Amino acid sequence: MNPYLIPGLIVVILVTVGIGVYGLRFARTTSDFLVASRSVSPSWNAAAISGEYLSAASFLGVAGLILRYGVDVLWYPVGFAAGYLALLLFVAAPLRRSGAFTLPDFCEVRLRSRLLRRLATVFVVFIGCLYLVPQLQGAGLTFTTVTGGSYVWGALLVGVVVTANVALGGMRAITFVQAFQYWLKLTALAVPVIFLILQWQSDGRPPITPPAGATFPVATSVVVSEDAVIDGQAVHKGDELHFDAGAAVPAVSTVDATFGPDWLLPGGGDNTLFATYSLILATFLGTMGLPHVLVRFYTNPDGASARRTTLVVLALVGLFYLLPTLYGVLGRVYTPQLLMTGRTDAVVLTLPEAALGGGHLGRLLGALVTAGALAAFLSTSSGLLTSVAGVVFTDVLRAGRTGSVRDFRVATLLAAIVPVVLSLYVSNMDVSRVVGLAFAVAASSFCPLLVLGIWWRGLTDLGAAAGIVVGGGAAVAAVLITVLGPPLSGWPAQLIGQPAAWTVPLAFLVMIIGSLVTSRRVPADVGATMLRLHAPESLRI
Amino acid sequence: MDGDQGQRRTRVVLGEVAARRRPTDRSHADLAEQTPVGEALVKGLVRAQLALALRLALVVVTGLGALPLLFAAAPGLGTVKVLGVNLPWLLLGVLSFPFLVGVGWAYVRWAERNEQDFMALIRKPDQ
Repeated sequence: MNPYLIPGLIVVILVTVGIGVYGLRFARTTSDFLVASRSVSPSWNAAAISGEYLSAASFLGVAGLILRYGVDVLWYPVGFAAGYLALLLFVAAPLRRSGAFTLPDFCEVRLRSRLLRRLATVFVVFIGCLYLVPQLQGAGLTFTTVTGGSYVWGALLVGVVVTANVALGGMRAITFVQAFQYWLKLTALAVPVIFLILQWQSDGRPPITPPAGATFPVATSVVVSEDAVIDGQAVHKGDELHFDAGAAVPAVSTVDATFGPDWLLPGGGDNTLFATYSLILATFLGTMGLPHVLVRFYTNPDGASARRTTLVVLALVGLFYLLPTLYGVLGRVYTPQLLMTGRTDAVVLTLPEAALGGGHLGRLLGALVTAGALAAFLSTSSGLLTSVAGVVFTDVLRAGRTGSVRDFRVATLLAAIVPVVLSLYVSNMDVSRVVGLAFAVAASSFCPLLVLGIWWRGLTDLGAAAGIVVGGGAAVAAVLITVLGPPLSGWPAQLIGQPAAWTVPLAFLVMIIGSLVTSRRVPADVGATMLRLHAPESLRI
Repeated sequence: MDGDQGQRRTRVVLGEVAARRRPTDRSHADLAEQTPVGEALVKGLVRAQLALALRLALVVVTGLGALPLLFAAAPGLGTVKVLGVNLPWLLLGVLSFPFLVGVGWAYVRWAERNEQDFMALIRKPDQ
């Protein structure tokens, strides 16, 4: 095992705790924290939002997908970043001015409906859990890759650590900690990639896509992870295959990956135009409905600074997403064996040592990347679990102001159990695919609610509820079929696997028609609410 | 945020300052009491901001959203190389991010200008 690994991980945890303790001097209670962050500049605040947002899916998953499928999946990082533009254009400033802390709060502020609030709670919990699954998956995968231990133990270990942290209040969402995590993640990808590119240059720029398909750069042995067919020959689980340097990488029947020149060109393989547009819609519109993203907007002092913060987030996230692409591309040259085992999500972790050799430099950079991965799933899953547990605490347990810390711990435990169990179930799905499903549900439930609620006076509580139930419900059903159901093929697979292209328009349509039918239920104070959402704070009357 | 309404502070202002501020009070009152004038003012602001957001969203939809169609319609574009990199990789992997940030920057500028115009409309004594 890499000797720099344990010290590296310990440093990350110590610095995180250290900054947390330092930050606690400014903020002793949760509300102190919210007020304290008003003295924090938009750039710190934006780094904190980015730190919480860039999850295992961004850090590990995007590079893995690019290694596997090529140019078509570049829509994932583009969409993850563009989601913040949609948030900026349609939601950021009015949402901050509404004073809502969570999505259920927004329902109550805008539509004065307890029923809608409860419905929103259900969806926040579902989306939060669904988004936690790939974080734990990433943790399990990192554990397997780095230590050789089993996936289940890795996922369980991180699940328990994060739950304990949130329940004991050890990992409060403190602005400085999250901001540090962003810069750590950026460094952990940016520094190694410089050495990787230099190595690629000094190796005489081996072609990314040799005409005869990917080849092994050095003699490699691959352990088969499940029964499959390679080049017409059956292989069995546990078989060890040896390949010489320069040998072609064979396609494995159980692993879906793109070989040959298709990888370089758009529209190859089973990526239809429908799936691409569905993905674009889900990621562009889903970001605004993620529970842990919205909570952070409350830390801006006013609407105008919420806008500036979002712009900086967009820039920081965009800067980060330049890097995973390079890992995916170089992985094609240096770690093609991942295309055979299917563990493509591990490319970021294995690439430094594979390209730079097992010397000090390779191991040091390998430890740095692993530390970044740790930061990725710790920060996102802690933020997610905190916001889901917060909603469970106030809206499900009805603890309210009288609730004790014990109730919050019960809420955290409740919120953590389902995703931990699910993460054991879906171990062979791509991390970014699962995240894409969470985005699809958010885009078909909360996006229409927020956009119509902010810009259209005619929205009613019943119309909004109908839209969420029909559109969001359809997306939830599609997700459940994808994760738990049998494998599909042909058109049903497209419609269920990437549901956003039909569930998002459906949600908007039902919400608008439902509101028009029940137009007598438009809240009487809608004019005052609109004024509050859109007028600058200095006009507050 | 409105929890402290019960103990609202009384503002003490110099007489002449208060006199200067008086014309603005009518528009303020229009807004506060939801008179037709106030309603129209808010509707104008909401409409301006929505139009701005939709226009910039359209820029993104045509700029980025048309790419998959374009690549499907003209597969030859995928093999065009710029600086040694295939065009789709360059467009999606690199150039899309500064493009998004640029659109966002323009939005923040213009949205703030809309708000300033709105404030100026309220502050201006309407004859």
